Amino acid sequence: MSTNKENWGSRVGLVLAMAGNAVGLGNFLRFPVQAIQNGGGSFIIPYLVCFLLMGIPLLFVEWSMGRFGGKKGDHSTPFILGSMDKRKFWKYLGVFGIFTNIAVAAYYCYLESWTLSYAWHSVAGTFAGMDQEGVNSFFTNYVSLGTSQPIIFWILCLLLNTYILSRGLSGGVEVVAKIGMPLLILFGVLLAIKGVTLVAGEQGATNDGTVGLNFLWTPNFDTIWEPKVWLAAAGQIFFTLSVGMGSIHCYASYVKAKDDVALNAMSAGWMNEFVEVVLGAAIVIPISVGYLGIEKVVELTQNGGLGLGFRTLPFLFQNWGPFLAAAAGFMWFILLFFAGITSSLAMGTPVMGFLQDEFHWKRDKAAWTFGLIILLLGAPCVWFFNEGVFDEYDYWAGTVALVIFAVAEIILFAWVFGMDKGWKEITSGADIKVPNFFKFIIKYVTPFILLAVLIGSLPGIVDKISNPANGYVTAARIGLLGLYAGICYVVYVAYKKRVREGRFH
Amino acid sequence: MNGSALAMMLVADVVVTVFTVYFFWKVLRTPGTKHEGDFMPGP
Repeated sequence: MSTNKENWGSRVGLVLAMAGNAVGLGNFLRFPVQAIQNGGGSFIIPYLVCFLLMGIPLLFVEWSMGRFGGKKGDHSTPFILGSMDKRKFWKYLGVFGIFTNIAVAAYYCYLESWTLSYAWHSVAGTFAGMDQEGVNSFFTNYVSLGTSQPIIFWILCLLLNTYILSRGLSGGVEVVAKIGMPLLILFGVLLAIKGVTLVAGEQGATNDGTVGLNFLWTPNFDTIWEPKVWLAAAGQIFFTLSVGMGSIHCYASYVKAKDDVALNAMSAGWMNEFVEVVLGAAIVIPISVGYLGIEKVVELTQNGGLGLGFRTLPFLFQNWGPFLAAAAGFMWFILLFFAGITSSLAMGTPVMGFLQDEFHWKRDKAAWTFGLIILLLGAPCVWFFNEGVFDEYDYWAGTVALVIFAVAEIILFAWVFGMDKGWKEITSGADIKVPNFFKFIIKYVTPFILLAVLIGSLPGIVDKISNPANGYVTAARIGLLGLYAGICYVVYVAYKKRVREGRFH
Repeated sequence: MNGSALAMMLVADVVVTVFTVYFFWKVLRTPGTKHEGDFMPGP
């Protein structure tokens, strides 16, 4: 008998938690950079097409797979996938749904701790009077562990995540989502209004805020048929929705057997799009272009949006005077913190669900075990950040593993489990009429796009493996492989335990 | 802003906002079904 008696307290709480799972730092830092690097305003066309043909179908698939597993008492992907087809290898492919969450949480919680620390520094006035080089050096010093603060905030963040997880779904995760998501949207709207209404010549701005919007949204239709633009759009949709991780399956596995998944999936998915397209596009780029100009922003975004968020914005906010700078800095970093923590909490639940289901652990024990694992696996990301360990985790766990798992799950759902049974799962209890064309899309189009994304990422993988890596990076790769193998072994032990106990579907 | 940038932004923002509000409004209007006997107490 499983000790897992979790349940969602309310439907709104579930949808906000799912939306929070999807909304992450990438909504504000990755999307606008992807847009300006891939055709500006015209990027939204492949982006929304990929959302329709890959994002929504994967949401339907993962939500319904989760609810299907939950009916049988399975709350993690090894046994959810195992319940859909008897062949044993699905369990071991399902291991990705635990591996990815552990490995991503290991570096993501560190990133999350930066936002908490920067929010505190914004209020404490640390950035007041600093020039751009000063703010830049602060960040470099921070990640080089020039002080003990990064460690303190990281531990604090881990404790906070673990404590919330130990409070359960309705008493912990849902409460954070109900507070965090509305605040995130409120702070996002306030910052977007301030960013868009910047006026050249006032408060040190050299351009109107609309110059940044103009730069981001001006369409370049010449690029629209370039495969790289479509791959970038598919990749962005993929990562922004947190699909291919196993966390959606886990959250959905706690939905009641006869309850809707179709409307919930649509609501959570579109809420993520609102935060990304409407808010994400209206903060970083308009403010940065307003003060630095287009050329400088293009240069700063060559290596992604993280630099703009942490190395540049705290300096730009200082132009708004001491009070507004502190308020804007606090809102910006707390907004990122809520975006981060609602995602990292979702990464903890599959691991806990697995331990509770298979080994009958109590919730507290499962939560603190997850916290300890993240502490041990995250430590190399903290101490060897500059040596590339953080990026290595991100590449293999946060990029490659997601795509492999998504390809596997769509094949299982549409081709092995069968589209007719799958369609029944999606539409069972649905509070909306799911258009029939999604049946065709899920069976043929989504697998095709996912395979294209996987094939498109192969040259990068080959490059990564064939290029020489330092010892820390090599150790990180071996460690990640070891983690995957270790989880496979634990799943094998759990499977044997099920056999002994006669627990089969 | 130039016309094409403004048009792209407005169309994208309006489409995304309308769908977001519509689906969330539907969620609020149709609360989860209560099923007899499916209440599971917390530990």
